[in-house]
Formats: sequence, structure tokens, C-alpha cells
Amino acid sequence: MAVKDELLKKAEESAVAAPSGHDIEGHVPVTLHGRTLSPNRRMRLELDWVEEVRVNTSAVERRAATIGTRRSVKKDWQAAWLLRAIACMDLTTLSGDDSAERVKRLCAKARRPLQDHLVKALGIEELHLTTGAVCVYHAFVETAVKALEGSGIPVAAVSTGFPAGLSPLAERVEEIKRSVEAGASEIDIVITRAHVFNGEWNALYDEVAAFKEACGPVAHMKAILGTGDLLTLRNVARASWVAMMAGSEFIKTSTGKEAVNATLPVSLVMVRAIREYAERTGMSVGYKPAGGIKTAKQALDWMALMKDELGRPWLEPSLFRYGASSMLGDIERQLEHFVTGRYSATYRHPIA
Amino acid sequence: MASSIVEKFYSMEYGPAPEDASEVTKWLDAHKRSFGHYIDGAWTKVGSASFETRNPATGEVIAKIATADAGDVDRAVKAARAALPGWQALTGHQRARYLYAFARQVQKHSRKLAVLETIDNGKSIRESRDIDIPLVARHFYHHAGWAQLMDEEFPGYVPVGVVGQIIPWNFPLLMFAWKVAPALAAGNTVVIKPAEFTPMSAIALAEIAHEIGLPKGVLNVVNGDGKTGAAIVEHANIDKIAFTGSTEVGRIIRKATAKTTKKLSLELGGKSPFIVFDDADLDSAVEGLVDGIWFNQGQVCCAGSRLLVQERVAEKLYDKIRVRMETLRVGSPLDKAIDIGAIVDQVQYDRIKSLVEIGVQEGATCWQPDISMPEKGLFLKPTLLTGVSPASTVAQEEIFGPVLVAMTFRTPAEAVELANNTTYGLAACVWSENINVALDVAAQVKAGVVWVNGTNLFDAACGFGGYRESGYGREGGKEGMYEYLEPAWLHSELKAKAVTSLPEPEGKQHGDDDGVVEGFGIDRTVKQYIGGKQARPDSGYSYPVYGASGNMVGEAPLGNRKDIRNAVEAARAAAKWGKNTAHGRAQVLYFIAENLVQRRVELTAKLTEFVGPEQAAIEVDYGVERCFAYAAWCDKYEGSVHNPPFRMVTLAMKEAIGTVGILCPDDAPLLGFLSLVLPAIAMGNTVVAVPSERCATLMSDLYQVFDTSDLPGGVVNIVSGKASELGKTLAEHDDIDAIWSFRDEAASAMVKLGSIGNLKQVWTNEGRQIDWFDPAQAEGRYFLRHSTQVKNIWVPYGE
Repeated sequence: MAVKDELLKKAEESAVAAPSGHDIEGHVPVTLHGRTLSPNRRMRLELDWVEEVRVNTSAVERRAATIGTRRSVKKDWQAAWLLRAIACMDLTTLSGDDSAERVKRLCAKARRPLQDHLVKALGIEELHLTTGAVCVYHAFVETAVKALEGSGIPVAAVSTGFPAGLSPLAERVEEIKRSVEAGASEIDIVITRAHVFNGEWNALYDEVAAFKEACGPVAHMKAILGTGDLLTLRNVARASWVAMMAGSEFIKTSTGKEAVNATLPVSLVMVRAIREYAERTGMSVGYKPAGGIKTAKQALDWMALMKDELGRPWLEPSLFRYGASSMLGDIERQLEHFVTGRYSATYRHPIA
Repeated sequence: MASSIVEKFYSMEYGPAPEDASEVTKWLDAHKRSFGHYIDGAWTKVGSASFETRNPATGEVIAKIATADAGDVDRAVKAARAALPGWQALTGHQRARYLYAFARQVQKHSRKLAVLETIDNGKSIRESRDIDIPLVARHFYHHAGWAQLMDEEFPGYVPVGVVGQIIPWNFPLLMFAWKVAPALAAGNTVVIKPAEFTPMSAIALAEIAHEIGLPKGVLNVVNGDGKTGAAIVEHANIDKIAFTGSTEVGRIIRKATAKTTKKLSLELGGKSPFIVFDDADLDSAVEGLVDGIWFNQGQVCCAGSRLLVQERVAEKLYDKIRVRMETLRVGSPLDKAIDIGAIVDQVQYDRIKSLVEIGVQEGATCWQPDISMPEKGLFLKPTLLTGVSPASTVAQEEIFGPVLVAMTFRTPAEAVELANNTTYGLAACVWSENINVALDVAAQVKAGVVWVNGTNLFDAACGFGGYRESGYGREGGKEGMYEYLEPAWLHSELKAKAVTSLPEPEGKQHGDDDGVVEGFGIDRTVKQYIGGKQARPDSGYSYPVYGASGNMVGEAPLGNRKDIRNAVEAARAAAKWGKNTAHGRAQVLYFIAENLVQRRVELTAKLTEFVGPEQAAIEVDYGVERCFAYAAWCDKYEGSVHNPPFRMVTLAMKEAIGTVGILCPDDAPLLGFLSLVLPAIAMGNTVVAVPSERCATLMSDLYQVFDTSDLPGGVVNIVSGKASELGKTLAEHDDIDAIWSFRDEAASAMVKLGSIGNLKQVWTNEGRQIDWFDPAQAEGRYFLRHSTQVKNIWVPYGE
């Protein structure tokens, strides 16, 4: 109890320190149904909200199945939407064989996701388009920070015993601190899935709150729920609520290492939770689907979901990110096709 | 282009995403935008009698369409009649090949059909592409299967003959498939008329029929308005009418066919409840409404148009609905990113608007989202009317537009009461995460289709059709196939003798020799049997009953309207009978058999007066056997579980129809009575029976049997008197759910005509004689099927 109280107190302090306005790039104020929202900060765990969760899997699947068929963007609009997908992309490498050079290459791609001739043909020089972030293991945070210097592109570190999240709590907390110290401004944490299976909502809440605390006042935290491990959509919804109440800036589907990663039904459930959380608390939480999103068409489907379920503010990198690596290549090909009218080939675009 | 993309990068609007219609335009132009009828395998020329079909989104004329007059319809019927022997001579497998080819051809030309449908009807291309077309193909595939399995699955049944079909404008393609596929699979030939607002897709499907080499005359397509429809309905050489459309027109058709033996199935309107409990997944329920009342612009007969929400979550749900409505996109139906297209015609557009106005005048709160709308074309905003009461016009009348009316309830019982507070009974949705609540409510709702945690789910394997004034007959599945079949023996039977009217009551003078009752020592007064009690007739009159030899054997009570009224009230009050277990009902039927045996001698003696000793002896014995048969059937005539191609089961429950009025035959006065009443009560119905008026004195023994057999009062009510008068009152009674007549042709016609008030189900012998002593004719599934109606409960599962 004492620990929890202390955490609460610290959270209140950090909330005061957080910037009060919540404009995005000066363009889009964060609102939902006309109500201005503030950034998320930790609140008391409302167990009722967790227990009240109702998710009908079949109905969610039916709705999710029409997200991609009810909406379609074509021509200039499609090009613009694909550019936005790039802007909302956490360009990611999380492999056992990652190396400093590989990460530098990734960072170079993040700075220049599209070749100049495409940028010019699209007439988007003024966008100075980059990816939303670069996402790496802790070991490469410094490399990435250096490689991205001056670009304004944040570095995200996966943390807390990624991907299983089963190392000792103290080590996991320490890991976050080290990554922040190394210059990561975004921390993607993983939760202990067993807390969800066992309904240990207090334990889950305390864990996520501790992680958020370790992130300090500046670094943003994305809570990976491991939805492929949680299996049921009700579990996904409940975990989403706890992670939000514990102060996560983002909730994120998966590590990319589970058998099933981001799916539209899972996303629909998480996004609905974000919406209801905002309605109840006046605070906004971002969303990051990760893993399995490989094509430009999928990128469009997810943006339609965000736009229709949450609205325009959730198409900004401050509230929406894809965790993806190969998706950029497909988007490049689609954009080249848009520019030239000819279908493109993978080798025509520089790899990350 | 430069600034354009940057600007769109910030605005993140959807932009237009039009479906390419050029192939369809080419097809239309190739036909010079002029289409005749498809009769006897050939296209007729378009003469002066024609009409224009328009694109409701733009107002543009799509094509000129020939109007069929009675002569055209007659040519089509003649072609269908001529094609019948050849078509029926084919094996089931050969017919299956045609239906299979139909399905394949629909898939091959799926986009053309989808675009054409959208242009003609105004529905969104997403719906025609992703919902209508796949369901059309699936319907042909499924029925190719029934054609293949005809001999195996429908032994003893034959096709009805030439079928006249009239389909509506809201799902022109799908309704074509729903009508034509089972008709052809069963071996019928068809004359079909699409709605005048939407003739195009049927024309395209007729082309497909031609392409696959369907024998000429098997399918004939004629176009026109209600007059053409009337010519089909009234055509003497059509054996069955299948109609989907408004309840109003359904009534007209029932009336117009009353004096004929045309088989009839009606799929009519609805005001379907959409029930949301406080433990429902509310976000999903909101999407259910999007797929319900905002599907096809709300022009859906089974649309969940009446939202019933548990008080505790009402405001929360309304908020969620309003938020969702703000993201519905209304616009060009050919745009791939719109949700709501155009209303089919100005007439409908005006009607919807005026009904919304009436709703507001009557106190409803109208809410519409602030969304962008096309500048012209027949577009309506999605609309939510809250604060509606059951007495409001908009809560009772089918609006057939994108208008949701909302009411609240407190308890499940109240939800059911409100749900059933309608003259319709087509569909219902129940949203709850508690399977006990959901299935309990699903069982109690009077509707042919119930979707649990879903809405507007369709499949060819699952029957679709209504209760009450939503019509009768089912489409899809095995239950749908029976609409196009008849027992083989039915047409071969002789017509029943016309019944001459009875002598006037007390017409005979006392003292006449033949007016003296012989035999029994103490006078026995035969009474009506109502609510388990013997009741004197309201009229205070009795009439003499004569034996076969002309001697008077007794007097029977002369029933009148008020006796019928009392009997129906008693039958309605005994509805609990249907909730008994099937085993419990079987026990009662066995007990009836036991007590019949006990009174065998007495009953045989009485029967002998009417039918002679030989028939009398076997009639009682057959009656006992029939009791056993239906006692056996009670727990064996079961529903089935359909497997639609989704992760869900569809429970096809066989439910009692309710209160059934039965006019019994004269020829086997005891066995005929039992053969009709027993299946009805075995399946849980309650009955008001009018016994053979010539032998009504038999009833005193029969009701004593009932009394001593634990049959609850009111389950069987017997009103004796003039069958023609009592039958008319019964047929017209709005609280009777089905009327059966097994007397002469005049009686059949009379009950059909009488039924139009509440469109109760009608089942008659078409004036044919039934051999009550042949169990193959007079017992079993044929009777049980008419004693039940199928309710399909869709239960999705998965966690």
C-alpha cells in the first residue's frame, strides 16, 4: 500500500510537470466528440471499469471484417494517406542479429523514407517527411540517437524484458531508466501476461505504474499487452483499461514475436477502450498496432479504423503509430505506382 | 498536384472512390437501353406500353422497360406450362446442373450484377458487392443441392407446377434468387415479375438463364407495376403465388386468390424489435444497428427498426449511437466508401419524411447527425427518434427508411411484452452477454428469425419468414423447399362433396316420427365444450342431428359468434399448454387413447348411426391409433440445427403456431376430427374446433374423454353448429393464428377470404377428399408441419 501511495504521489507531481496543452504539430487539437482532451496521466484503479467490460467476439469480428470494405481511398487521397502512414510509423528492427550498422541503416531510412524523385513528384517537399520514430532494443539506443541527431525523430526502445517480460521487476524498471538515460524518448514496455490471466488487476496496475514512473517526466510509454498471448478479446479489453489507468501514453497490441500479432478485431476492442476511457476521464491515450501489418492496404484499413472510431486526432503520430518494418517497402512501391502509373519493384527502393 | 497532396495529408478526408460503371454502361447501350420481357426463352420487343427505370441517386433514366399486360402474362404462363413436363422429366441431378451453372455465372459476372443493382436501386456498391451477390450465388449453390437430393429428401412430394412470383425493389437480385432457386430446384416453372422501380437485375439474370441454356419457358421474366402483378395473381393457370412485399399488397393477394386452389407464400413487412440488455456489448450493439436499420437505407423488411433498450443503459447507448451516426457516410451509392445510399424512389422518400414528422408531432425527439449530404438525389440522413411510446405511429408503422425509433424497458418480461406488441413478427435481435437471458427472450419473441448478438444475418440454409402479419411460408433451407412442393396424392384425390346447408333449427315438429330420439333412457344434453366446461350455446337453440338412415339421433347445440368468441378466449387463455414439456403433452394424448378405448362400445354404437357398423368399428380403432401416433410424435418432431458458413449455429425451432381454428370434415366424423385436432395439440397449439355439423352429437362422448384425460381446460374447445357460419367467424377472428378447413371447396374459399384481417395462416384440403383411414395421407409430418412454424434463432459463438 505504501508503495502504491508513493507511486500515486509521484505520478501527481509528474503530471504537473507534463505540458498542459495537447496540440499536435500545431494543427489538430485533441478532441473527442467536441470535447478537448488532456494527455493521459495515471488515475486511481477503478476495478468496476475492468469488471464491466463486455466484448462479444463474433460481433467484433463482423464489424472488423467490414472496416476494410466500408472504406476506400483512391488517387491523391490514397497517396496522402500512405504518406501519413509513414509519418505514423515506428520503423522497427528487433532481431537477434541486429547490429549497429543495421540500426544506422534503419535510421537513414527513417530520415529519408522516400526517394527524392518521389518526394518531388508528389510535391511534398514541405512535409519534410520522416517516420514517426525508430524502434530498437536498448543496446542500440545510443547508436540510433546519434544517427538521428538533428532529425527530430524520436528513438523508441523496447524494454522490461522484451518480449516475454518475465525478468525480475527491479531489473525491468532499471532497464527503462537506462534506456531513458541513453536517450530514448519513447519506451515500449511489455506487461506480465499472467496478471491478466489471473485477474490480478492490482498487480498489473502497479507494474505498469512503476514502469511509467521509471520513464520519468519526458519519455512516453507504450504498454504492449501481448494480445496474441492474451487470446480472448475480453482479456485484451481489460488489460487495456488497466494499462490506461496506470498512465500509459499508448497501448500497443503486441511484441511482434507472438504467433498472432495486430489484428483488426483486437484493434477495434482496444480502440473502443481508448474511446470510452477518454469519454470517462477526458484524457487521451494513443494506439499502436504492431506486428503483421505489412501492406499499404493494411495501413489504410487501420487508418480508417482510427478515423471512424476515434477521429482525426488519432491519425497524428502523437496518438497513432504502426509498429512495422516491411510495410514501408510496400508503401514506397504503391507511391511510385501512383507517380509513374507503372507497377514498381522492391529492388527499386533503398532498404532500411 | 503538389499542394493537393499536402493539403490532403493534413485534412485526411476520404475523397471520392467511385466504382467504375463503364462495363454496365456498355451493356446497357448494347441493348439500346430498352428491354422487353423474357418469355419462352426469347426477348420480346418493346412496344408503346413501357416505363422508365431511373437511378435514384442521380435521377437519370437507365432504360426503357416493356410493361406486361394480361396478354403478355398469359403468354408467359403458357410458356411455363408448356415447359413443365420437360423440366419435370429431368432428373434431380440434371436440374442441379442448371442451378449450379446459375451460381457459377453469377460469380463470373459478379461486378456487373453489383453495379447494375446499385445503379437501379440506389444501395451502396459495398452492399450489393459484398452482401447481395455472394448471397445470390450461395442461394443457387444451396438449391442445386436440393435439386440433387429431391428424391432422397422429399419422397412422396411433387412440384406445385407453374409458379407466379412477385418480388420487391429493396433486394431485387437477392429476392430473385430466393424465389427462383427453390422453385426450379423443386421442379416448377416460373413466371416472375420484378418491382417496377428495379427491373434491371432480373433482366440480367434472365440473360444468365439464357446463357446457361436453361430450357425455354422454365423461367419467364415479365415487367410492370401492380397491374402486371395482378394479372399474375389472377391468372387461372398458375398453381402458386410467392410474394414478397408490403402487408397491404399481401392482403390483396390473399383475397384475390381466395376462391382458387393456388398455394400461397407471403413474406411481408415488419417492425422488428432490437432488444439491448444492460449486459450487452454496447459498442457491438451499435454496429448491429448500423447493419440493421442503416443497412440498405433502412429499406429492409426485417430491419431492427424498433430499439428496446434496458433503462439503465439507455442514455449511454443513445450517446454511442449518436456518435456512430456522425461517422456514417451518405452519398453516391457507387462510391466504395459510403454507408448509406439513395432511397429507391420519390414516393418512398416523401413517405419516410412524413412519418418522421408525424413521430415528432406525437412527441418524439428527432436527432440527425451533422454530416455532409449530396446536393441532389434521394438521400436521407440517418435518424434517431427517442422518447417514443408504443402508442406512437412510428412505433407501430413500418417506416422502411433509415429511421430508428427507441423505447426503454425495465425487465426481460417487459422487453418481451414490448417486442411482441406489434401486428408483425418477422425478425428480432437480442443483445446480451448472458446466454440465459438471450435464449429465454429469443424463445418468447414472436418472430420467424431471431438474431442473438447480431443482425441481418442470412443464409440459404436457414429459413426466413415471419409470424403474424409478416406473412407465412419460409424461404431457404428445407422448410423453404416445402413451399414449392405438395404431397403427391393431394391432386389425385377427388373433390369433396359440396355440403348442403342444414335444416333450420327446430324445424321439425315434435311428434314427427323421425324426430323421436331412440335408444338412451335419460335425456343427454349435448353442449358446447369451452374452456374445459360444458356450456349451453349462447343462442339457446339446438338443432336435430340425423343418422344415415334419416332418423333423428339427438340434438346438438347451435353455436353462434359469441360461442366462438368465448371459445377463442378460452383457447388463448390456455396458451400455457404450449409451454408444457413434449413428454407431458404425450402423456395426455396417451391418456386420451386409453379413455377412447374404454368408451369404445358406446362410441362405436353412436358412430354406427352415422357411418354404418363397418366404418364405425374401424373409425374408433383408427382414432386410438392416431392418438398413439401423435403422442409418439410429441417429442420426436424436432427442430434442426443449420450450419451457415459462419462461426455460429442456427437453431431451427419448431414452435406452435398459437390458437388454431379447425373446421372438421363430415366423412369420418370422429377420425377426421382427431386427425386434425391431435397434431395441433401435440405440437402445443390450442384449438377451437367446429365438428362435423351432421354428427355433432358425437362430441358429448368426446369431450368427456378429454375431461377424463387430464387435458387442461381450453386446449380443445368444441363449438357445434353451422360450419359455414362458425367457420367464417373463426376465419375472421383476429386472435386466431391459423385457420384450417377440411370441408368442401366453398369452405376453403371462405376461410381464405376470412383470413385477410390478420393474415392468419390458412391450411385447407382445397376441397379434396382425404382418406382418413390411410395413415400415409392422414397422419404424420404433413400435419405436423402445418401445426408448427419454424423460428430460426441465430447464435454466434466464440471467445
